[in-house]
Amino acid sequence: MRGDLAKVFELANTQVFRRAPLPKSYTDFIGRKLFLAILTAQGLGAFALITLAVILKKSGVAQSVMQPRVRHEISRAGVALMPMFLFIALALGFLVVGQTVSALAKVGATDYLGSTMVIVIVRELGPLLTAVLVLARVGTANVIELGTARALGEVEALEALGIDPVHYLIVPRVIGMALGIFALTIYLILGALGSGYLFAFLQDVALTPGDYFRQIAEALNWLDFALLALKTLAFGFFIAVVTCYHGLAQPLRLEEVSRVAVRAVTQGVIACVLVDAVFIVLYLAI
Amino acid sequence: MSETDFHPAVIEMAAASIGALRDTTLTEVEDVNWWVQPGEFWVVAGQQYSGKSDLLMHAAGLMTPARGSCRVFGCETKNFGEAQIAERLRVGFVFAGGKLFSQLTVAENVALPLRYQKNLAPADAARPVADLLEWLELAPFADITPSNLAANWRQRAALARALILQPELLLLDNPLGGLDGRHRQWLLKFLEQLWTGHEFFGGRPLTLVVTTDDLRAWQHPRRKFAVLEEKTFSVLGAWDGVKSAASPAVKELLAEPVGTTI
Repeated sequence: MRGDLAKVFELANTQVFRRAPLPKSYTDFIGRKLFLAILTAQGLGAFALITLAVILKKSGVAQSVMQPRVRHEISRAGVALMPMFLFIALALGFLVVGQTVSALAKVGATDYLGSTMVIVIVRELGPLLTAVLVLARVGTANVIELGTARALGEVEALEALGIDPVHYLIVPRVIGMALGIFALTIYLILGALGSGYLFAFLQDVALTPGDYFRQIAEALNWLDFALLALKTLAFGFFIAVVTCYHGLAQPLRLEEVSRVAVRAVTQGVIACVLVDAVFIVLYLAI
Repeated sequence: MSETDFHPAVIEMAAASIGALRDTTLTEVEDVNWWVQPGEFWVVAGQQYSGKSDLLMHAAGLMTPARGSCRVFGCETKNFGEAQIAERLRVGFVFAGGKLFSQLTVAENVALPLRYQKNLAPADAARPVADLLEWLELAPFADITPSNLAANWRQRAALARALILQPELLLLDNPLGGLDGRHRQWLLKFLEQLWTGHEFFGGRPLTLVVTTDDLRAWQHPRRKFAVLEEKTFSVLGAWDGVKSAASPAVKELLAEPVGTTI
């Protein structure tokens, strides 16, 4: 496992392209960027597979140490963010749901309310917004913590003690972030739908709470629940993998940590959009 | 039949090329041939950036030689994996500066390897950790994080962390670096106790390898010495060999540091 990880890191640390002089033409520039993107994708893919293998292979190893770490990460990527998400849910309800309900009521299209809410909030805005916010709050912290630990030699210290760094440092973060994003998305959706009706009610929209929630319930089907769960878990997995990869694989000097954090967040957003696109295709295909 | 067949070596390096941790394309030391027998106390000296730390990382199996072979307790380090974890845990490693885990307290740092390898709850690991901290005079600092600890005590905490799994071979990377006089004396005495056998290890003597950039502190008739100079590893033998060495590097490593005498 250590050998595999070393290969991934070696690949990621291929500095030839970063050190090369400025390109002479746009084609050189685009080619170089493309090649870098392919190398990064390859490194991320390998790191994701290694992480998955460690999760499966070492699920029963050192549980007395790992379980508290996983609980801590779930708390950090979930419970600790609940106050912030309450505010976001209220804001989302006011800005999007309340206005949508009000606008549909004005044109007499309240029959479409349920399907509109499900598409906008349940399928798209809720999961994506949650993922981006968790990426900003917890993903960045992951890069900085792991980057600093690597720069200070703590990763080598773990290996010297016979502790697999992927198992000890990465696995709890991946599990914590996946479960945290899943739970926070549900929380955000319920909060946004509830507060949305509240704001619509304050605007004297002629719609009873019973009608409002019945329409939403009727617009939901098993596919929404299944894909919502899969999508949020995928968001959490990929955000954790991208941020941990950059934190653990890349920086070897403290001054590089901040630059790598920016790169990790950018790639995390790209990963979220790509995952979202895959699930849109799935929604349309099924 | 060679001598090593009668006494299996703890560390065996044969024509090993020692690469650098920070840049694996660099070779720090070429063609290392080195055998460490059980119960020996080796002092590997060299100037800064001579490759001492990288040599020690290879000896611990944390890095593998680009060429040649390196065996630890008879196990080729290139094959170190999950199946060889038992061999890995027979080696304790103390990094220069300690490299303690900054998020954990001193007691948690020391307990971590024990709890992880033996799947112990904090309460089950508390007794051996407390005993070890007491022995190393670290008990008052048990609940302090490394950033709030002086460098002298950080180094000692790192030593405690390396000893908690009761290794047979202890590797220390420049253990005297940055220590004040009192802590230097304490550490030299402590390592002597480990080498001759202490009751914490049931009287079993440990094999020790230390690196240094100041040979004078390690003078001892029964210790073995080697020097790293211009990408070459040379065994000097006992202290008499060090004194008689004509190498300019050895003379520098034996010289009084500038500014310490008037």
